[in-house]
Amino acid sequence: MDVPYTTKPRPDTGLYNAKLGIWLFLASEVMLFGALFSSYILLRVNALEGTWPHGLLNIPIGTFNTFVLISSSVTVVMAWASLKLGQFNRFKMYMGITILCALAFMVIKSIEYKDKFTHYEVWFNDPAKPSIRGHIEVPGIEGNPWFMTHKKLADKKIESIKIHPDPKPKLASAKQEHGGAEAHDGHEHGDHPPVQEIKTSEIKRLSAFVPAHSTYFAIYFTLTALHALHVMGGAAVMFYLWGPGAKMWKTDPERFTNRIEVSGLFWHFVDLVWIFLFPVLYLL
Amino acid sequence: MGDAHSKEDIKKHIKTYIAIFVALLIGTVVTVLASLIDLGHAFNIALALLIASVKAFLVAGFFMHLLSEKKTIYAILVCTVVFFTGLMALTIMAHYDVPVLIK
Amino acid sequence: MQHTTQTAPHETSHEHHHEDLGFWRTYVFSTDHKIIGIQYAVTSLAFLFFGFCLMLAMRWQIAYPGQEIPVVGKMLEAILGDTAKGGIMSPDLYNVFGAMHGTIMVFLAVVPLAFAGFGNYVVPLQIGAIDMAFPRINMASYWSFFLGCVIMFFSFFIPGGAAQGGWTSYSPLATTIPTDGQTYWLIGMVLLITSSLLGSVNFIATIIQLRAPGMTWMRMPFFVWAQFVTAFLLLLAFPPLEAAGIMQLMDKVFHTSFFLPTGLMVGGQVADISGGGSPLLWQHLFWFLAHPEVYVLILPAIGIVGEIVANNTRKSIWGYRSLVYSVLAIGFIAFIVWAHHMYLTGMGTKISAFFQTTTMIISIPSVIILTCLFISLWGGSIRFNTPMLFALAFLPMFGLGGLTGLPLGFSFADLHLHDTYYVIAHFHYIVAPGTIFALFAGVYYWYPKATGRKMNEFWGKVHFWVSFIAMNLIFQPMFAQGMAGMHRRMYDGGATYAGVLDPESGEVVGLNSFIISLNKGITHAAFLMAVAQLPFIINFFYSMFKGEKVDDNPWKATTLEWQTPTPPPHGNFTKEIVVYRGPYDYSLPGAKDDYTPQTEPNHK
Repeated sequence: MDVPYTTKPRPDTGLYNAKLGIWLFLASEVMLFGALFSSYILLRVNALEGTWPHGLLNIPIGTFNTFVLISSSVTVVMAWASLKLGQFNRFKMYMGITILCALAFMVIKSIEYKDKFTHYEVWFNDPAKPSIRGHIEVPGIEGNPWFMTHKKLADKKIESIKIHPDPKPKLASAKQEHGGAEAHDGHEHGDHPPVQEIKTSEIKRLSAFVPAHSTYFAIYFTLTALHALHVMGGAAVMFYLWGPGAKMWKTDPERFTNRIEVSGLFWHFVDLVWIFLFPVLYLL
Repeated sequence: MGDAHSKEDIKKHIKTYIAIFVALLIGTVVTVLASLIDLGHAFNIALALLIASVKAFLVAGFFMHLLSEKKTIYAILVCTVVFFTGLMALTIMAHYDVPVLIK
Repeated sequence: MQHTTQTAPHETSHEHHHEDLGFWRTYVFSTDHKIIGIQYAVTSLAFLFFGFCLMLAMRWQIAYPGQEIPVVGKMLEAILGDTAKGGIMSPDLYNVFGAMHGTIMVFLAVVPLAFAGFGNYVVPLQIGAIDMAFPRINMASYWSFFLGCVIMFFSFFIPGGAAQGGWTSYSPLATTIPTDGQTYWLIGMVLLITSSLLGSVNFIATIIQLRAPGMTWMRMPFFVWAQFVTAFLLLLAFPPLEAAGIMQLMDKVFHTSFFLPTGLMVGGQVADISGGGSPLLWQHLFWFLAHPEVYVLILPAIGIVGEIVANNTRKSIWGYRSLVYSVLAIGFIAFIVWAHHMYLTGMGTKISAFFQTTTMIISIPSVIILTCLFISLWGGSIRFNTPMLFALAFLPMFGLGGLTGLPLGFSFADLHLHDTYYVIAHFHYIVAPGTIFALFAGVYYWYPKATGRKMNEFWGKVHFWVSFIAMNLIFQPMFAQGMAGMHRRMYDGGATYAGVLDPESGEVVGLNSFIISLNKGITHAAFLMAVAQLPFIINFFYSMFKGEKVDDNPWKATTLEWQTPTPPPHGNFTKEIVVYRGPYDYSLPGAKDDYTPQTEPNHK
């Protein structure tokens, strides 16, 4: 007893079940990411003049990751086309590349995350003093401290910290005048401002570039983490279809090809979301 | 798509896929470069979103075969787009339409 | 729940089954849509009862503030500790019960029963499918729902108790309450939303792909249409709430400020947050789901009533096409009315004019549906059995609920009525004597199909009449209370605001004593309502074993679910199904019976 149209399309709709299913699912995904994009827009237009941060992400790494994801998108459709041509070995190769790209994307993303967790901004009690961004040194902690906050400083009774402010960027890009802040990611070498010592009592707020830092990082982490979950989910499914699931090619090649098409559709959608995330979060 | 494709069709498709791939890479480079040029804030945003939309169209239209998809899928997606637009537009309009004294 | 699902008779399932799947895969981790439907129905009926009990405790507190809750007071103290000290409900506990009553009734009881329970059981049968399009996803959907239920239920017992921010969970209130209840609520909601997304994908794919030969769109039973539109509402309206839920979870766990504005004061101090968020954003995203959710509650109920009315008037439903188009129209318009819940947020006149207009427009298809169903009664030889009584009561009760909604749809009237008992009475008329009555009707109507036995008619009628009277005694006085200005969230039933003589003007200001005294009457009616459910509960379980045995088509109905053996085996149909006619061919001139099943060919 099998459900009809799992492999062959139903004549009047021209679709097999899973294909309709994945498109319905993607429609709901459009609403999910769409709602988050709408929230992004609303938070941004809501932000007080000059408080929306710019240029805090590493554009070269982001661009490279975009290349990685686009490559995986073409290889997954090539994998499907190879099956259509009956070339199982080429399918294996293309699908393998896709999975490797997915892994590479995740690795790069986690490096970016780590970088953010150890990068800080300090706001001062004195409203006239602008905030400083950079890496900090906290007495009693070796290396770059993770997730430090002003509360923790107070709890540990640390009297002062040192900050290595980010270099002023060499390229005066379009964003500076809007952002108001002169911060940069610190990967391009400009002039290093001198290390400063800051008393805990002067600090109003200290936060790493974590979600709590600002609504910008809140939406950045929410969107990219949700996207990363999709990447991992897609990679897991594709890994199954590349490994143990590929046995179906021998017993039911048409159904297997359909499975690859459906997982490919999901993967393209993940790519599509990133195509919007990249400019919106990194460039604008 | 599915089974209506002959092997020749697929081979033609593969050429398209490669072309789209190259176009997407170029699009990515262009969007990064465009962001480095100061065209005015609004224009920068519009340009970046335009490039992203073109790239999205290429992925959806060719990789996802949306250009030759069945009517049922179109119907579902049209509903989705309409409701998404409603959500976004009305929320933002509500944000701006606030009595002046409160603002 | 497990032991109830066992009652699907063993003999039949073995007869038609080639492979024996064993107990666990047949009844617990089943992929059969009928078992999953029953699992949903039983779980959600249990939560319906639980949600009702929460309300009873609250009603006691409203009528007799500060007095020990009878019977269960000591038990609550033993389980929940300080929040129910001495068996008396504390304000915190009242908030917990209030928030969870709403959440449970909407997300854990009515929607899963109406959409997932009846939908799973009936839709594939009515379209002549052997199962849902994705049986395993169907199972995943149920277990995700079940896990969400467990988390919601478990959250009552954590320190501080469950969520207290109301079922709407408005930020910043919901985020800044220091207990963890809201976190559990959000995790539970994410699971429930995932479940309903999986479910709705499955329903839509099933209805589009698996209709039997001859089952054209305009031959589908009205119930299937209602479920189809409902599935679309869930599919496209729920994700924004999932997004909002994720963001609120971020606010709660990672201290972001999505919904927390700059300068927010908590406990007299400026909150230690980055600020910059928008509380209104939560409301937009929440109501973008929660208004369509109202139609998710109603449409399946209307579908059930349509089936039962056609069957028991023994004539075709009046205006089948109008009904279908109206349901489709509701489905579309439901997405652009949400902000009528937000008139009091300082919304401008242009945007509120827009939402008032769409709100008025959506009442048109609703009225068309109600009118069609009323006209269907005209000239019928009506059989007043239990399902029909509930279905008949649905019509005026739903009408009352709908009409009292109109003043709330206008922003100027809403200024006065917003957040009063008037609102409570309005939407409870829609959901309680409306939707839940239709669901009872559905239970009585399809029970013979699922078990092979009928529920007892006499006790069914007792259940109906007492419930019907009690419902109205509960909710009618609330309109008066609301119009007198009684706020819906006062934990002492308004005692604090009881009228006092103003020495300057010489007038009594505050709530007058009559309005407050209505609380007692309402509470007594609620206890009567509880008593009225006992015959139903006993009848439900007793009839499984001792009910009157029936044949495959006890109601002499035309739709496909009655063309199967009873209860339907795995795979549903024992013969090839071809559909030749519309769903409601009753009393056709020249036909041998007063009903002509959809599978009956035209003899010409």
